[in-house]
Amino acid sequence: MNAGPLVVARGLSKRFPDGTLALDGLDFDVLPGRVTGLVGPDGAGKTTLMRLIAGLLLPSEGSVRSCGFDTASDLPEIRAAVSYMPQRFGLYEDLTVAENLALYADLRGVVGDERTATTQRLLDFTGLGPFTSRLAGKLSGGMKQKLGLACALIRTPRLLLLDEPSVGVDPISRRELWRLVYQLVDRGIAVVWSTAYLDEAERCTSVLTLDRGRLLYDGPPEELTARAIGRTVLVRGADRKRRVLAAALRLPEVVDGVIQGRAVRLVVRDGARPPSPPDLGAPDAEVIPTSPRFEDAFVDLLGGGPKGESPLSGGNRPAIPGADAVVEAVGLTKRFGSFTAARDITFRIGRGEIFGLLGPNGAGKSTTFKMLCGLLVPTEGTARVAGADLYRSGGQARARLGYMAQKFSLYGDLSARQNLEFFSGVYGLSGRRRREAIDRLVGAFELEPFLKVDAGRLPLGFKQRLALACAVLHDPPVLFLDEPTSGVDPLTRREFWSHINAMVERGVTVLVTTHFLDEAEYCDRIALVDKGRVIANGSPDDLKDAARSDSLPEPTLEDAFIGLVEAADAREQAA
Amino acid sequence: MIGRIRHLIVKELLAVWRDRKSRAILVVPPMIQFFVFTFAATQEVKDVPIAVLNEDSGTYARDLVARITGSPNFSRVDFLRSDAEVAPAIDSRRALMVVRIAPDFSRKVAAGRPAEVQLLLDGRRSNAAQLVSGYTGEIISWYEAELSSSRGGPPTPGVVVPRIWFNPNLDPKWSTVPALVAILTTLMGLMITGLSVARERELGTFDQLLVSPLSPTEILIGKSLPALLIGMIEATGMVLLGVFVLGVPFRGSIPLLYLSMIVYLSALIGVGLFVSSLARTQQQAILYSFMFMVPAVLLSGFASPVENMPDWLQTVTLANPVRHFMIILKGLFLKGLPAAEVARKLVPLVLIAAVTLSASSWLFRRRME
Amino acid sequence: MTPRQATRARRLWALVRKESLQILRDPSAFLIAGVLPLLLLLIFGFGVSLDLKEVRIAVVVERMTPEAASLLDSYRDSRFFRVRVARHRAEVEDELVAGRLSGIVVIPDDFSARLARGARAPIQVLVDGSDPNTAGLAQGYINGVWQNWLLQETASRSALVSRPVAGPRITIEPRSWFNPSLDSRDSLLPGAVAINLTLIGTLLTALVVAREWERGTMEALLATPASRGEILLGKIIPYFALGMLAMAVSTASAVWAFGVPFRGSIAALVAVSSAFLGTMLTLGLLISTKARNQFVACQAALIVGFLPAFELSGFIFEIGSMPAPIQLLTRILPPRYFVSSLQTIFLAGDVPSVLVPNGLILCAFASVLFAMLVRSTPTRLE
Repeated sequence: MNAGPLVVARGLSKRFPDGTLALDGLDFDVLPGRVTGLVGPDGAGKTTLMRLIAGLLLPSEGSVRSCGFDTASDLPEIRAAVSYMPQRFGLYEDLTVAENLALYADLRGVVGDERTATTQRLLDFTGLGPFTSRLAGKLSGGMKQKLGLACALIRTPRLLLLDEPSVGVDPISRRELWRLVYQLVDRGIAVVWSTAYLDEAERCTSVLTLDRGRLLYDGPPEELTARAIGRTVLVRGADRKRRVLAAALRLPEVVDGVIQGRAVRLVVRDGARPPSPPDLGAPDAEVIPTSPRFEDAFVDLLGGGPKGESPLSGGNRPAIPGADAVVEAVGLTKRFGSFTAARDITFRIGRGEIFGLLGPNGAGKSTTFKMLCGLLVPTEGTARVAGADLYRSGGQARARLGYMAQKFSLYGDLSARQNLEFFSGVYGLSGRRRREAIDRLVGAFELEPFLKVDAGRLPLGFKQRLALACAVLHDPPVLFLDEPTSGVDPLTRREFWSHINAMVERGVTVLVTTHFLDEAEYCDRIALVDKGRVIANGSPDDLKDAARSDSLPEPTLEDAFIGLVEAADAREQAA
Repeated sequence: MIGRIRHLIVKELLAVWRDRKSRAILVVPPMIQFFVFTFAATQEVKDVPIAVLNEDSGTYARDLVARITGSPNFSRVDFLRSDAEVAPAIDSRRALMVVRIAPDFSRKVAAGRPAEVQLLLDGRRSNAAQLVSGYTGEIISWYEAELSSSRGGPPTPGVVVPRIWFNPNLDPKWSTVPALVAILTTLMGLMITGLSVARERELGTFDQLLVSPLSPTEILIGKSLPALLIGMIEATGMVLLGVFVLGVPFRGSIPLLYLSMIVYLSALIGVGLFVSSLARTQQQAILYSFMFMVPAVLLSGFASPVENMPDWLQTVTLANPVRHFMIILKGLFLKGLPAAEVARKLVPLVLIAAVTLSASSWLFRRRME
Repeated sequence: MTPRQATRARRLWALVRKESLQILRDPSAFLIAGVLPLLLLLIFGFGVSLDLKEVRIAVVVERMTPEAASLLDSYRDSRFFRVRVARHRAEVEDELVAGRLSGIVVIPDDFSARLARGARAPIQVLVDGSDPNTAGLAQGYINGVWQNWLLQETASRSALVSRPVAGPRITIEPRSWFNPSLDSRDSLLPGAVAINLTLIGTLLTALVVAREWERGTMEALLATPASRGEILLGKIIPYFALGMLAMAVSTASAVWAFGVPFRGSIAALVAVSSAFLGTMLTLGLLISTKARNQFVACQAALIVGFLPAFELSGFIFEIGSMPAPIQLLTRILPPRYFVSSLQTIFLAGDVPSVLVPNGLILCAFASVLFAMLVRSTPTRLE
């Protein structure tokens, strides 16, 4: 195998028939034997670039050669040498695991002993061996992803393209996927991995950073991370972390800030001094330097995160009389036939608290979530929202909650204004109150220029703003968020959370499910669900503390998550 | 509650109206079908090619041939020269019927003896063959009566000319248009409701509706009324086209027309919502609706009269809403059906609506999880 | 076989297998391909009959004379009528409006007198014209009974008074080929077979490619070495097999369960069906490829596939009677050629003058559509 680059792009541009310039003059190489990350905000052109490399699209200008073949002229050769896993994994949901594998094996001409051996190896490799006769549609997200990968690897390619393989996949599966990919890389394959999760970019040998069709950075992630050395600090010991973050983001020298458990993480402008605790309105807090992450440098590279205060901040909401817990689950159990999806789930969420529901795919997290917002009726137990029983006085309880799902369930063929009008109407707003609510949110989210645009055609960031606006039009005391930022880039995610934080500061209670553990850091408390049970319940720092050991002195939340789930599984095995 | 439902209705209407494709689907296919069907769906037989094999050179035979070729029902008449041409003409479908007059025809007529005319028919097109042989029989009867009176014999009473009520010229359009209004309203009504829930389920907006304060009943009403409204607008458009463009009379009362439409559409929407709640995907909703549509339309009396069916099947069709609606529409269009009669015919539709609506509401609640 | 060909054959086989498994696992496909054809056959076998069985009429006898009674009996004895007797016309006219009667025969007060005088039209007939087809047939049957009665009556009277029958008599001797009793079932069921093949050919296939685009599997498929010809054949072959199976089942049930004659050869049936199925499958895939959206694809399939097969094929409605523009339209749509071939194969036998031109036209349709399909199937995403 030669050691030359496997992808060579020169002056690569792509303009779509509708005139949009998706990629603008890219020059880069992808080398074998390493994972090349492809990162950038949504709409940066990541998927377009993947498709160009795979020969599924033709360049408008310039050229791209994959494995030494020109994508414009040598299509058959490229299809033999390049494997591509599209965003939804390209699986036939009505075929079984074995049938999907057999299909791709035949299509790629893998036969005889080679086939038996490869299939066996891939099944071992992905752990799908026991599930060969299960329909692909019935697999969990993580298993689908592994099957998609297995199908792409049925004939070992020279170049493997993975388009956002980790969206909607839990941390355990994601970690396994990385292990699989490293094994491939060790055999000399080039892997291009596109992702919106920046902790993944850190694991790549090299990253291509795209923004609006341009290449901003091409090199090892550490080099980019190094640009932020000395500019990252943690603010610890403040009792109002969300207020500290809001204050920090008002300072001109702070380019980025996020919440990390009990602390606030800030990135300051190049050459600027970190802010002092009084600047942040928290004289008791301490500001300590910390080592930078790729994400810090990335956000800085893109010009920093959203600044200033969320327009949703404001006066305190009145407390709900007679309810000390705003959301309360008591012994929630759900059985589907003989299968118990959730067992005896009990917790209480107080006013102004962000509560996270975490867990591996298929652990019962969504079942619990659905019972809490009234989409499923529990077999046993009750749930109360803002003092009203969800199953006895459902309409009343539902009127007090706002709901936003991962797919931004807006009506795509209605305009932004029509969506707002519809949801305000459905939540019983009328007349002046309705107009005021809509005007307030349109102003707050700067939706004015998009009011007449179909919701389905909005840029992703605005789609998310609109979805949030629709969920909070009736100013609910409780907000339910179902994987609200799945597959969303870090900048959009930061903006989203700034709004959530502002609402929480006013006394809104938030329940969120997520696979994205940086997002879980925003939570005040987390319940970790596995196999239908709550296996841990506490603040992010509590969970991290529980996972702390000599071999892992500074565990991340991901380490804690994996450690706790594995420990629970081990306990169950032993029992 | 009414306010909330109103917003749901507005949303449903906007969703249909704003999307160019679905707007087009509401207008263009029904229009095409309305016009093509009106002219194509005729069981009348005219301009169908027939052939004559006249082996007789006498005057009577010539006269008879002249009557046949002169009939408005037969504009394309081919002349065959020999027996050998008969089989190929029918086999190759160049002639639906061959009228064969034997060499001794004129002689027999002149002698007052019974004379025969042979009609050879293509049984592959049984209905057309039957009608054509009926027309020919009539022509021959008239000719016979004429001959009889011209010879000073006692006049025979001959053929009775019936008075035809409601559609004096037996114009097929007059009966197809009301039937098409029923069928196309069915098609549209079923499509709109059949897809509405399935589509929201596929797009993920359904959960969003369920977590809103809307109760299941409100959602059901909010899904039904827009379909009712669109169905009524579609039907109105077709009635207007039928009356003003195609010249079909409307002799009934307009309030009765709308009353019947509302009852019928409710029955249909029940079916649509049932299908929609049953289907997991839009594809399934489409195919299930189709499974209902095809038998319902075929057994509605549109393709052939219900009276021609075996008795057990006639009983089965009592459950078919399309059948009842079609009778009412035809009655209102052509016969000016009086209110008491409409009310009587609405009873089965009301029953069907009650069954389909409660079944769909039950299934909808059951499948909410 | 060269190794290259072997690889291709294997890819094709894999695609065929995949598609077949998907068909087998999809309940809605089973409904359309398995249940609906049988249902249609039943409907056309029992439900749709163009032969008027029983016309509900009323006979109004204003004065009961021996002649009137005899005529009334003739109507009662006829197997075509279900007769209701009334004294006054007013009693039954409302029933005609309500649609509970299709016709009224009035035997007037002076019937016997008029008959004796030999006056024209001594009876009066009212027919409900709101269904022209029934009206026409009812009119014919009523007249038939009347004429028959008249003949017998004159014959018996002339026998009594021994007066010679005046005027010539022309008898009609209808002889129907292929279907002696002119049973409409025999000509409808072959048409139902055509509808079944259209459903499988267009409606099912119109959804399959659209589904692959919607679910993102087309992108994955295009990134493999499978060529577009292989991808297309991989879809055509299983649906072709399914269609032929449905054809065989429909034909067998038509022949054995409903007693429709089968006078042609199986070879001719298979050949013409293949040409038609090929055309419809390609049409369905073409629609699907162009639409890329299941809803639009389904609508298009109904408009260009199912409805023409139903209304523009000549199987229920006579093409010759349609206005010229619509007749022209039927010529550019495949179903009419297939329906006419099927009716011929079932009822008449292998008639080359029908089957050869129809077969050639269907093949021409298939080739043009296939060329369009290949052109519109992308090898890339654009």
